[in-house]
Order: sequence, then structure tokens, then C-alpha cells
Amino acid sequence: MSIQLKINGETRQVEADGDTPLLWVIRDELELTGTKFGCGVASCGACTVHLNGKPQRSCILPVSAIGESEVTTIESATTPQAKAVQAAWQELDVVQCGYCQSGQIMSAIGLLSDNAKPTDNEIDAFMNGNACRCATYHRIRAAIHRASEILEA
Amino acid sequence: MTTSMNRRGFLKSVGALGVTMVVGFNASGALAASKTAAGDVLSNTSADFNPFVKIDADGTVTVVVKHFEMGQGTTTGLTTLVAEEMDLAWDEVKVAFAPSHKNYINLAFGGQGTGGSTAMANSFMQYRQAGAAARDMLVRAAAEAWGVEASAITVKDGVLSSGDKTAGFGEFVNAAAKLTPAKEPVLKDASKFTLIGKDKLPRKDSAAKTTGKAVFAMDVKVPNMVYVTILRSPKFGGVLKSFEVSDAKSVTGFVDAKALPNMAGVAVYATSTWASIKARRSIKAVWDDSKADSRGTPEMLKEYAAKLDAEPTYDVTKKGDFAKVEAAAKGASKSVSADFFFPLLAHAPMEPMVCVIEPTEGGGLKVHDGCQFPMITHPTIAAITKVPAEKIDIVTYYAGGSFGRRANPQSDYHVEAALAFLALGGKKAVKLVWTREDDLAGGFYRPMFAQRAHIGIGEDGKVAAWAQRSVAQSIFKGGPMESFVVKDGVDHSSVEGISDTPYQLPMSLGLTDYESPMPVLWWRSVGHSQSGYTMEVLMDMAAEAAGKDPVAFRLAHLDESDEDQGRVAGVLKLAAEKAGWGTDLPEGKGRGIALHKSFGTYVAEVAEVSLNDKGAVSIDKITCAVDCGTAVNPDVIRAQMEGAIGYGLGAVMRNQITMKEGVVEQGNFPQYEPLRIADMPVIDVHIMPSDKKPSGVGEPGLPPAGPALANAIYAATGKRITKLPMTSNGIKFA
Ligand code: FES
Ligand code: FES
Repeated sequence: MSIQLKINGETRQVEADGDTPLLWVIRDELELTGTKFGCGVASCGACTVHLNGKPQRSCILPVSAIGESEVTTIESATTPQAKAVQAAWQELDVVQCGYCQSGQIMSAIGLLSDNAKPTDNEIDAFMNGNACRCATYHRIRAAIHRASEILEA
Repeated sequence: MTTSMNRRGFLKSVGALGVTMVVGFNASGALAASKTAAGDVLSNTSADFNPFVKIDADGTVTVVVKHFEMGQGTTTGLTTLVAEEMDLAWDEVKVAFAPSHKNYINLAFGGQGTGGSTAMANSFMQYRQAGAAARDMLVRAAAEAWGVEASAITVKDGVLSSGDKTAGFGEFVNAAAKLTPAKEPVLKDASKFTLIGKDKLPRKDSAAKTTGKAVFAMDVKVPNMVYVTILRSPKFGGVLKSFEVSDAKSVTGFVDAKALPNMAGVAVYATSTWASIKARRSIKAVWDDSKADSRGTPEMLKEYAAKLDAEPTYDVTKKGDFAKVEAAAKGASKSVSADFFFPLLAHAPMEPMVCVIEPTEGGGLKVHDGCQFPMITHPTIAAITKVPAEKIDIVTYYAGGSFGRRANPQSDYHVEAALAFLALGGKKAVKLVWTREDDLAGGFYRPMFAQRAHIGIGEDGKVAAWAQRSVAQSIFKGGPMESFVVKDGVDHSSVEGISDTPYQLPMSLGLTDYESPMPVLWWRSVGHSQSGYTMEVLMDMAAEAAGKDPVAFRLAHLDESDEDQGRVAGVLKLAAEKAGWGTDLPEGKGRGIALHKSFGTYVAEVAEVSLNDKGAVSIDKITCAVDCGTAVNPDVIRAQMEGAIGYGLGAVMRNQITMKEGVVEQGNFPQYEPLRIADMPVIDVHIMPSDKKPSGVGEPGLPPAGPALANAIYAATGKRITKLPMTSNGIKFA
């Protein structure tokens, strides 16, 4: 079926069965490959996008359920929080293989948009669904604190 | 980085600018240079030498890295070496992955590939030489043009100057490329290094990987491509008998389903990844299990235990004294005895296996892959598809982790992709995608290991007799690298870290192989992933039996006048000092120490844990000391220690692959729960200053992490953990 999607500030028309997870529409149809596939069952966070500004796992969201919601992917992450997070990530060289990092960054932006100065515990609680097999967690924590500082400045 | 990583974009921009100078090594390992169009030098059908450094007419310098990037930092590390010798401005150097070509060999294994923590160790001189040769040629060309001595020219940030003359590299590319490179270019003295050893040099891949722009094989889409997933036998060794597709036909986007020519599975083709996954669910296959492995983990454990009880097959230490040493150890007035069991482990890199095979116009193939072993993948795909190797081009992308998985002597997922490509007629590009379920059930696990040790302590408080039996499924027997690793029946990877322990121990070691049709593979740090645990928990137990402090006891078994043992002692003391070893800890906390040498690198770690009121363990901190010789990129070294520690901790805490009647029980991450951010301790890494040649850092941080944790838990709770994972053996984590 033909579905209209509001994504990254545009309206796009896609052909997909309604049960297709948003992730695969984004990756295979719209060719926005910054959003990754890691598990398909909402347990790794690699596929995290924003739905109306809130982090969501796109691998379990049927595309038919998106409706009028605005989807934002890493390619279009431009809020002050997004810029601060990316700057902090680069400053601390958080990434290793990088495959989980779009998802980590989309989650971190969501966290800072709600809570400008999270504690370690709040970071751990919010980010716990974003797995990183390279275990860059130590730097993720530090980079979120750093992004928070950048935003404050 | 972003444009140079994209080969097509790269070629176009260079083509427009004209001449490129390239410096590299030829087939006999000698430096060579030429002036050429970049299109020729990047193609594997060209000349007998391959570029390591390329300088364009606009002065852009590109370092061609022969080792793929799985997060371990090769794009940063190898580039550092060239930038150092050429005096380049760091931010301006570009990076490109090497094509698959026989001249890009890993000097440690004689073929193109990455693994065994060898990338920096084998590239250190090569990339510096290439950089120094290029710089020398540019300087000579400038000297000629300016009529000055070469020694009167200085280079800074990619700019040549002498007196009032200055020029970028681009200006002399044409002239320099006509010169012959020095046979042995003069390398910088270490005292002049400005990039090598710099505490914080920004990673080359950071920008691309924080903006979603980094391209992984999972992201590749080529024209007319079909997506394929494979329905495989639930049991290892099952063979396809028949299958039924009718229900799949109603799935939108379903294209076709074909038996793989080797009957290992059904390839399910579709117009999108999702359609293939969905169609696969509705295909019913019947398997011939007559040759399949139908055992469960309890049966395997029993078999391991029986083998531990039997006489070892191989006398690894070759002194013919096993029975004698074991009896002496058991009979000592102070002694230690313990059995250890280590489960199967999956690598579970974040990006599941994926490979695109694309036919090209001239009857060749393009293989799009995060390729770790081109030396095996390239000929393997040629053999299956019957396309001549010189018409096959492997395009390497960033790999979403590996931990050993993508370095497969059988090139397993490439074989599947090639078979799926052929089964569809060999005319259409196919993209093979593995799901996480495929990954966890797909075999090539870290083998199970069992160990039994008896240790006797002498009157002097030192080990007087150490007898150990190991049971392991060999990784190397029957594979293409067997002759390098298996000697007199002993697969070294089954005993590494024990038979070559740097401690001075009167040891007798026996080994028995375990056989199984289930494929096993190296997993980050290979045999050390379990031998480090065994040795360091045993050293702790022995120290306790001897009534000695664990650090003092270890030092008593090291001769510091010996270079190797001195370096072991060095990291041990450094970690102990930085962690405040010996200072008081409040009630409910514990500290444990462990060290291990692997891949030529020495690492000691101190773990600090605390218990909550329910007795659940939190890992508060790991202090790590590492000696990897010259520290080329200290921040990458710290990152690799952090990552290897996290990867190791997650595994010993709660990971295992188990079987029920031959079927893997872990479906997806919820049953193979990765380490999470809330589990991650603070990590404090200290690098030992050194001017020795660099050794690897991707794996050596892992082996001490598990035993340091186990020893800390013992200190806090009095529980010894010799069977893994910890959560299946009585330990709760907060
Ligand atoms: S791919 Fe969506 S959470 Fe893992
Ligand atoms: S950086 Fe590799 S999985 Fe997170």
C-alpha cells in the first residue's frame, strides 16, 4: 500500500505493507542508512529514531502506525541538543566500530532534551536499552556530561 | 574522510585533477613509486605494486590502509605513521581502504587480513617507510627546482619551505614521481615525534560515525539488487531435504526461494530486507538430521568432565612427568585443586554478517563487505563462482565490530552469499543479510574449555608443583592455518597463556581434544579468553594457600631481571599502585587483581566491587595498566582497553550459548544479554612509557578483566567462581 510519511521535514510517499517496521522503510526504501539494524526486537537501540522528538525503536514500529507523527533520523538531527551531543562525541572520540552510535546519539539527544543535566544514574537508566558491543559506555557517559556542559555554555 | 572513503567519489575527484603520485611496496617488499591516474592504482588488475600513500596534484595526501576498520582504530593508527613521517597537518590527511590485492599482505600472516592484534605491529615500519620515502622524494624535487640542498628544506603541516620559498606538496607531485624512492629512507628519530605518542589525536572516523554518514556493508544498495536471507538447519550438520514455499508467495516483495547448491539451506529472495525476513518465516523446510549434532549442553558438559578424568592425550610440557607432578601437588601439605568450565560464546558484533555480490559488465564481480580476510574471501569466491580472481574486486567498508567473527578461515557468510548469487542465476546482485537470530544460532563460537589444576605450595611459600589438564575443541585443526599453529598434535591456541605463562612455575600440562561437528572460532583474545581466567584465579587461590598477598605472591614468581618477566612485573606494580592496592576498603567492598600477557602486550587490572544489602555485586571500577611498547595513539589504546574490558566482563558475567537437543537456546539479545551501560564500571587506564616496538591492543585488555572481577568478588564474598558465566553459578549482579 501507499503510505505518507513525515520524515526529516519532508513528506514522502512510500510503497510498503502496513506491517513493515519503520526501520526497513527508512533504510531500504528511503535510503537513509544512518539508522541501523541490530536486533529487530527492540533490545539494542541501534534503530533509534525520534517520533515527535522522542526516541523510539523503529524496528518494532509498524509503518502504518506512524500516521501524522514526525519522524527524525540521525541525518536530520540538528537541534542544539543534537549539535552538542555530536560535538561532545567527537571531542571525546566515543566511537569504535560506530555501528551502534547513531542510536546512542539519538537516545542521548532525547535524554538531554528532557533533562539538561542528567546524573550518572539518570544516564544509565535512560541509555540502558542502547547496547554497544564495543563497550564504549564509559565515554558515552562522559560525553553526555560534556554535551550538557556545552548546552549550558 | 567521507569523500575519500567513497571510492567512486574519490576516483572522480582525482581524475579531474590529473596526476597522482603514489608510493608503496611491490611484490618483493621493496619501496616503489610511480606517477599515475588513481583509477589504475586502486584496481587490483594493475601493476605489481600497491600504494600506501597517494599525493594528488592539489596536495591532498591519502593513506591507503591495508587493515579494515572494525573500531580498533586502524584508520587513525596507520594514518598517524604516514602523517608523522611526512609532517602532514593531521586534519587534512585522508584515508581510504586498500582494495583486495596480494601485495597488501599482513607481514604477520603472509596474506591480506586483519587479526591477532597485529595491525599496528606489522605496519609500524612499513607505513613509516612509505611516508618517509614520499617526503624525501618531494623534498628532492623541491630542492632541484629551487636550486638548494635538500637539507635546506623544511616541511611543516604539508608545506615545503626553504628561505623565502614555500610550496604545497601538489606543486612537486609531477617532478617527485619521476624520482626513484630511497631504498631505505631515513626515518624520524623518536625524539622528534609530534603525532606518534600524542596523547589525544582525533580519530579519523569520528565525524562520519557520529553523523550517520559512515558506510557499512549493511548500508550498501546497488542497482537491481535482491535481498536474501537464508533458512538454515536448526541443528549443526542438518541437510536440506525439501521445502514448501506456498505461504511465502503472499508476502509483498517476495521474489523466489531456492535451495542452496550445497543443501545447507534455503535462500529466500525479496525486494527488501523485511520482505525476505517475513517470507522466510513462512517457508517450511524438512531437514535430514542423520549427520546432525543433536546433543544438549548437559551431555557436552558430561563429556568434557569424562575427558578431564581420563589421562590427557598430549603431554604439552613434554617432560613425561604429568602423573608425578600431579601426585606431588595433591600430596603437598598446602595445596589447591580446582576445576574450571567455560561455555560457548557468540561474538555478536553489532552489525550482523552481511555481504553484497554484484556482477560487473566485463563478467567480473564486485564484493561489498566489511572484509577482514581478503586473502581467504577473494579466492573462495573465485572458486565458487568460477569467476577468475583477477576479475573480482572486494570493496571494503567499515565493519560494525567483529571480535574475531568476520575473520573466518571458511569465509562462511561469503560462501553463502556466493551460493545464493549462483542459485538465482548469477546475473543479479544479491545482498545477503543475517539477522541477530541467525548470528546467535550460526555457530563459529568460542569453544567450550575445561581445566583441572592441582597446585602444591612448598616450604618457601612458592609453587612447588603445578599440574594442569585442559580439554578443548581445537580451533585450528582441519583448517587452512593448521600447520602454523598445531605442533605434535597440540593446537597452541588451546593452551596459550598456560603453556607459555611468564610466571616461573614448575608446571606439567596435559591436553585432550574435544570433537564436535559444531564450528568453533577465535573470539577476542582466542585461547587467552579462558586461560587468563584460569591462571589468574589459580594464582589467587595459590597465594591464599601460601598465606601471601596476591601481588607479592605473583612478584615472587617473576624474575624481574628477565626482560619479559620484568615487563609483566612492571604492569602489575603500576596497576596495584594506581588502584591503591593494600589500602583499606570499607565493609562490603572487595578488590581483585589479575595480569596476563597476550599478543606481545602486557596488561594488569585491578577490579573493585561492592555488594548491596541483598548481596548483589556492582563493578565499581577497573584500573588497568598496559605495556604495548611504543604507544602510537594513546587514546586509541585507552579506548581498546575500555572496550576489551567491557566485552570481557559482559561475557563472564552472563553470556553463554547453550544447546537443547542440538538447537541453540539463545534466540536474540534478550537471551544473550550484552553488557549494558549500567553494568559498565569506571575504567582508569595507565600506559607504561616505552620505546620498544609497538604490539597489539585490540585483544590484550580482555584476559585479565574476568579474573580480576572473580578475585574481587572472592575478596568481597568468599565465593570462588570457577564455572562461567557467573550468573549461572550463584552470583547476582545489581
Ligand atoms: S534493531 Fe531496533 S532495538 Fe535493535
Ligand atoms: S561502537 Fe561498536 S557497537 Fe558501539
